[in-house]
This record gives sequence, structure tokens and C-alpha cells, in this order.
Amino acid sequence: MATSTAARVPAPADSPGRGAAPVRRSTPLRRRRSIAAWGFAAPFVLLFLVFTAWPVISSLLMSVTDIKSRDLQNPFNVNFVGLDNFATVLADPLFWQAARNTGYFVVVGVPVVMFVSLMVALALNTGITRLSGFFRVGYFMPVVTSIVAVAVVWRFLLKDDNGIINVVLGWFGIDGPNWLGDPNWSMPAMILMAVWRSMGTLIVIFLAGLQGVPASLHEAAALDGANAVQRLRLITVPIMRPTLLFGAVLTGIGYLQLFEEPLVMTNGGGPLNSTLSVSLYIYRQFGFGNYGIASAMSYLLFLAIVLLTLLQFRLLTERDPRPRRKARQTTEREGSAR
Amino acid sequence: MSTVMRDTQDPTSTPAVKQNKTRTVAIGEARPQWWLYLTLGVGLVVMVTPFVWMALSSLKPEAEIRANPPTWWPQTFTLENFTELFTRLDFPQFFTNSAVVAVFVTLGNLVFCSMLGYAFAKIDFWGRAWLFRIVLGTMMIPGIVMLVPLFVLVSRLGLVDTYAGLILPFLAGPFGVFLMRQFISALPDELIDAGRIDGAGEFRIFAQIILPLCKPALATLGILTFLGSWNNFLWPLVVASSEDKYTLPVALALYSVGQNENNYGLMLAGAVAVVAPVVLVFLILQKHIIQGIATTGIK
Repeated sequence: MATSTAARVPAPADSPGRGAAPVRRSTPLRRRRSIAAWGFAAPFVLLFLVFTAWPVISSLLMSVTDIKSRDLQNPFNVNFVGLDNFATVLADPLFWQAARNTGYFVVVGVPVVMFVSLMVALALNTGITRLSGFFRVGYFMPVVTSIVAVAVVWRFLLKDDNGIINVVLGWFGIDGPNWLGDPNWSMPAMILMAVWRSMGTLIVIFLAGLQGVPASLHEAAALDGANAVQRLRLITVPIMRPTLLFGAVLTGIGYLQLFEEPLVMTNGGGPLNSTLSVSLYIYRQFGFGNYGIASAMSYLLFLAIVLLTLLQFRLLTERDPRPRRKARQTTEREGSAR
Repeated sequence: MSTVMRDTQDPTSTPAVKQNKTRTVAIGEARPQWWLYLTLGVGLVVMVTPFVWMALSSLKPEAEIRANPPTWWPQTFTLENFTELFTRLDFPQFFTNSAVVAVFVTLGNLVFCSMLGYAFAKIDFWGRAWLFRIVLGTMMIPGIVMLVPLFVLVSRLGLVDTYAGLILPFLAGPFGVFLMRQFISALPDELIDAGRIDGAGEFRIFAQIILPLCKPALATLGILTFLGSWNNFLWPLVVASSEDKYTLPVALALYSVGQNENNYGLMLAGAVAVVAPVVLVFLILQKHIIQGIATTGIK
């Protein structure tokens, strides 16, 4: 900064901050605190290294070997095969079918559940104060229950002949499809159930986000003659962009990992493998003992999750070029150094 | 996260908005309209129907579950599905297994995550930034990536089909660290400084000053971890190979897939047994649970 001034006028000894940081960094007190902090971290870090970090790394290692279940007894049997597993997976038509099924589930499921949840959150936010808690509990209930248990129940609800859903459709003169038995309808059935199950989380997140939308903006817009849809599009959605992004990423990551529903509802793959998801196929390969192949597939799925997350960040933040805030804790605590 | 802008003092706001001080947004008119109630009510019925149907049907005899057209209200009530759950299947064992695993996983997370959360929030230690980044980064890694190597590891350690094998991988999760760090960060630094001036060591400050103040966060983390463990499926499915280590969801899935799938009453009674305790806990503690989801956004 102003070097010439600093040379002439020595900084006052009691000036807060400026000279304090470098001194503090080398104090024995600070070192003692570091040791204490690592003491607090130790149990977690130990478990984390063994049961999270090592598996992640070793999964990557396994994906370039021909390891199979029988090699558990004899680890020296394992050979390095380079990217062969990835090539095998990418040449496997069944993997592509699983990827298509999972993609279908995400591409259709995420927008549907986002839209429905946003509508319910807007409705709940409109001022049904006394009952909104009651509604929220009802909409949220599926979130906390076991996917396996609700999948068992939905199996019955989606039955062709005496399932409740087709019975209700029948009241309106609609001849419901054989949801879980028809390859064209088995994925929509999964989506139907997933929307039902994950709405609650999104509604709660959106309700929290809606608290940040100032009513005065809506009033001003209403005075200017904007209708409800225009205000939703031009005020609510832009202000809620970070919340919507968060919800979309969260749901997208969850939906990419579709597993329990097709396993339980369609006995692990459905008619003509129409509900075989990537996770389910990984599990199948694991069951066959093809550990190397399963690991390679796992990393492809992980890659898809990372890509989807980046894509969603791009799509939802491009119209909001706010500068990134870098809150440096040291400068905050020691006051401005200017 | 985002700043809450309340504007209730605004003199230009309409009386309808003013009455309703907790709400800041009004889409359409501020007064609730009958069609809104109707739509939300229909939605609520749709949301709850699967649970109601499950509970009612678990009390029906086998033939009535299969009846076409289906019945809503059981024409003959029977508890035979539930007695069969206890006699034909080792249901108390599955229940115990789920409970044991969930209790230990919850305790572990409460202890380990609050410790690391405190260090992250209040101690400026060497390596904090990158450790935090790594721990948070793993939240995005899907469970299935770790399935194979974790199974290899656990079988090398000889822990397949043991409680230890079911519990250890979940004893310390990144989600808990994140939640505890957020909460402890909001506590005033002065409390800790006061403790230090009084000569308390870091551990004493944590145990006697911080932890008691963390009760709300610990409650939220405890509930969410317990529910997560209770509902966990993939890992127990892989590690529990004998029936006396099955957890409830595993038992339910294995009895409703494949050859066993023809006993509908048993399946529905099992579903009730898995869901009922959770729904009960949820209805009692729903405020904390929903709050926890709202602040962290992760189930």
C-alpha cells in the first residue's frame, strides 16, 4: 500500500490488527490450539480415513484391475488392466440402457417435482397460517419413511387390476396402464412415486427461500399491473434462484442414485430391464463378483453426478453475475487493514 | 444464507398483508381462497393415501387384499398378518438389529461430529481449511461408489455379518460435522474466551460450555441420523448375510422380492412395522425434523 508514508511514519504500537497477525501465527498458544483441535478431529478423521477416504481411493484403484470376488482370498491374483473395465462398460448395451433409464428418471423427474413442490410452497406461503403446519406435516411425511417400505406399498397401489391408482383413474373414465408390467410405463411409475416421496423436502426448502422474497416488490409490481404469473416469473423466481438451484442439485444427485424403488417394485430391473438403473446394475455386477467392472461403473456414475451439478450451477446462475464474496476470516477479525 | 427482508412497517402495504405479519410474500391475493384450501387438501389426501391404505390393508385377510375391485375398509378385520410376522419371521430379531445399529450410529455421530464441528467452528488450527473442504467434498460421493471397496475392506477385517460391520462405516458422517459446525459458529466467541481466561482447557470448554448449548442441534442431528440409519438399506443388504443380522428394511425387501412375494399380507404387515415407528416419531418431533431439513437441506 502506501509504502512511502509507512516508512516515514511508524505505525502506532497499539494499532489493532496490522502487526498482530504474523506474531500470533508463531505463538506457542496457537500451536497448542492446533494440537487441541486435531485432538478433537482425531476420532472422526480416523474413521473417515478408514471408511470413506480409503474406499474412495481404492475404488479408483479397483476400477483399473480385473479384481473379482474370488480374489478376496488371494489378492496376488489381481492384474492391472488399465482402462479395459471402462471400455467394457461403455461397450455394454445393458449399461447404456441403465444409463438411459436413469437419465429419463432424472430429466423428467427433477423438473416435475421442482414444479409441483414450488406450486405447493407458493400456496402454503399465501397465508393459510393456521393450517399450513398441518399441511406441511402431511406433505413431508413420505420423506422420513423407509424407501423399501413405501416401495412395497406402491407396488400394490400401482397394480394393474386392483391397484388404487387405476381404480381412481377409472372413476374419470381412464383405463390405467399396467404400470409395473409394461416397459413403457414402468419408469413413469417410478417417477410418480419419487415425486410423491421427495416433494416434502423441496417444499420445506422452498418455503424457507420464499421468506427472503420481499412483499413490497410484489406490491409495487401489482400496482404496475403485473399479474400473478408475471410476478412469479419476474420477482419470485429470480430472487429464489439460489434456493431453486440448491433444490435442483440436491434432487438431481438423489435421483441419479435410483436404486431401492426398482429393486423392490419391479424385482430388480422390471420388464425387459426397463427399470434397470445404473446403481442397480452396479449392484448386479457386484453380485456377480465383477468388482472391477462395478467400480468402473461407480466412477462413471460419480462423474455423471459431478457433471450434472456443474451443469445445474451453470444453468441457474448465468443470469446472476454477482461477484463472489471471499470472506477471509483473519481480515474480518482484525478489522480493515486500510 | 439469504437475507430476510421483512417489510411489515411499510405504510403502503395493504391491510390484508399487514394482518399477516409472519408472511412476507403474497402470490395472488393475500387472503386465502377456497380453491387454495381445496387444492392443498386434495394434495394432502393424495400424499397420505398410501399410508392409510397400507395400514388398513395390513388388517385384511389375504383374499381381501387380492380382491378385485379392491376394498378400502377391511370387511373382516384380522391380525393374522401381524401374528405371522412374529411367528413365521424372526421379526423381534430384525427390530432389535435395526435399533442396535441405529442407536450406535447415532451416538457415534453425536460425539464425533460435535467434536470436529467445534474445532472447525471455533479453533483456527493448522489444516482446517483443507480438512473442511475434503470432509464436505465427500458428501457428494454416492454411496454406491464405496460399496465394493467397503465390502472388500469389511470382509478383510472379518466383519461381514457382524454388528461392527453394519455400524462402523456410518459412525462418523460429514453431514453431522457440517450441521454442528454451522450451529457452533453462531455461538458467541466470548463464551469460549471467558472459559479460557478462567483457565479451562479446550476439552473442558467443549464439554461444559459448548455441548450444553448445542442441545437443539444435537437433537436435530440425533433424530436425522437415527431415521437415516433406520431406513438405510444398501449397506445392510450387502453386509448382513445371515437372517439374524438382517435389519428391518433388508428383511422386508428380501421377503417381498422373488419367490417370497406371494404372501401379500405379510409384506404389508412388514411395511407397517418399518414405517409405523418412524411416522410416530415424526409426528411427535416433526418441528425439529422439518427445521433440520430446512437449515441443512439434506435428509
